[in-house]
Amino acid sequence: MAHPEENEIIERKHPPDPTDYEVKLEIFQGPMELLLHLIRKNEVDIFDIPIATITDQYLAYLDLMKILNINVAGDFLVMASTLLHIKSRLLIPGSDEEGDGEDPREELTRPLLEYLRLKEAAGELLDRELLDRDVFAHQLSADFKRQLEGEDSFLEVNLFQLLDAFRTMVEQRLPGTPLILAAEQYSLEEKTAYILESLKTRGVIYFQELFAEDRTISEFIITFLAILELAHSGLLRIFQNDPEKDIQLEALFEDSGDSRHV
Amino acid sequence: MSKSLKMIIEALLYAAEKPLSAKEIHIVLPDANVSEIKGTLEVLRQEYESLERSFILKEVASGYQFRSRSEYAPYIMKMLQKSPSRLSRAAMETLAIIAYKQPILRHEIERFRGVDVGGILRTLLEKGLIKIMGRKDLPGRPLIYGTSKRFLEVFDLKSISDLPRLKEIKAFGADEHMPLFQLEEDSPGLGQGEARPIDDETRPLHTQAPEEALEEAIIEGNRPAED
Repeated sequence: MAHPEENEIIERKHPPDPTDYEVKLEIFQGPMELLLHLIRKNEVDIFDIPIATITDQYLAYLDLMKILNINVAGDFLVMASTLLHIKSRLLIPGSDEEGDGEDPREELTRPLLEYLRLKEAAGELLDRELLDRDVFAHQLSADFKRQLEGEDSFLEVNLFQLLDAFRTMVEQRLPGTPLILAAEQYSLEEKTAYILESLKTRGVIYFQELFAEDRTISEFIITFLAILELAHSGLLRIFQNDPEKDIQLEALFEDSGDSRHV
Repeated sequence: MSKSLKMIIEALLYAAEKPLSAKEIHIVLPDANVSEIKGTLEVLRQEYESLERSFILKEVASGYQFRSRSEYAPYIMKMLQKSPSRLSRAAMETLAIIAYKQPILRHEIERFRGVDVGGILRTLLEKGLIKIMGRKDLPGRPLIYGTSKRFLEVFDLKSISDLPRLKEIKAFGADEHMPLFQLEEDSPGLGQGEARPIDDETRPLHTQAPEEALEEAIIEGNRPAED
């Protein structure tokens, strides 16, 4: 019932190497994770955080993420400013008007400790006898049944992965300024109907295939919006067999020849 | 009479899809009062326990349900030819935050985790583990989140107050004793297997905010059992 998460396995496969950022960046789900990583890596005490060192390293990571073109979320920047603020308060002795003699680092330690406690609680919950994992009732849950009916263990694709796939494809297919041909413009309805028709005949389609005939950025966007619209209506499912593989779309409606209203 | 009541209740439990509460059984058996039904459920539970079968009558999510014992999970999994996909670590953390801090708003969850949780909330809602409890009377009328009855069922909890207590973190970083983080630690320098035994009892238990928050959730009439 141990629950070594995939991310941690990845981390363990790669011994600590300060230059080995590509892999490690993957695992930072946010500024808190990054901070905890730095605390652990530097083997410093969470109750006595060397703010200057940690701040410098934190900012170095942010720079790296920018260089690697990883979208640095605003959350990372908020934490950076908190760190810099604490650092400045520590640098100027006696200037601490905000606090009442409280260690400015408390502002950092308190939420970190709270986060750790909740992380631990999450681990404890996973150690319980979970339904459909450790114990089974007469009826399997609907959620589990859906998984069993699937042909493969699919990874559901989230919006960010889909956006990434879209961005990559547009960059490949329309490098530089999009040339706008006087091509016929599809409406969203027409594109939706086209995708539905393709799904009806083929069942499963690769994400990229649906853009095969698109020539302008607006066509790409309309196709993309149509896919989102269909997914939102529950008519198709977006998945990958493997994080490395191409994203696929699958029809979730019965092929009975009736024209489904979207 | 009491024997037939027991048999009827047993039959209902056998056929039910969800954990059955004494109140739900009372609807089927209006002649029997709730406390009589509760007592009978407890008798049944003990009987199944002492039978030492591969399944037991489990008290969970304010009701009772037949469940297999965990040692038979590998065989059942093999029969089903699948293992269920687990929640990601991020989803699990988010779920824990909601469980312990409910009722909670999205931005409050994000303050705990430091990252956007929009996608994760959607996944948890789809899986039925959390629910929207209402809207907060604030600008933008933000949604209030809490855990569902399904959450109790999946995580083997009788009620939300049955959640394990949050533990105080005594050390992290330089002097870690936490097993959870030793697991993560990739420490060739420490690799002498000095896994210290962790004694939960030595860690002081926490007694503050979460319980208050939980009480609030119950006072607001959002008792998970009454889904």
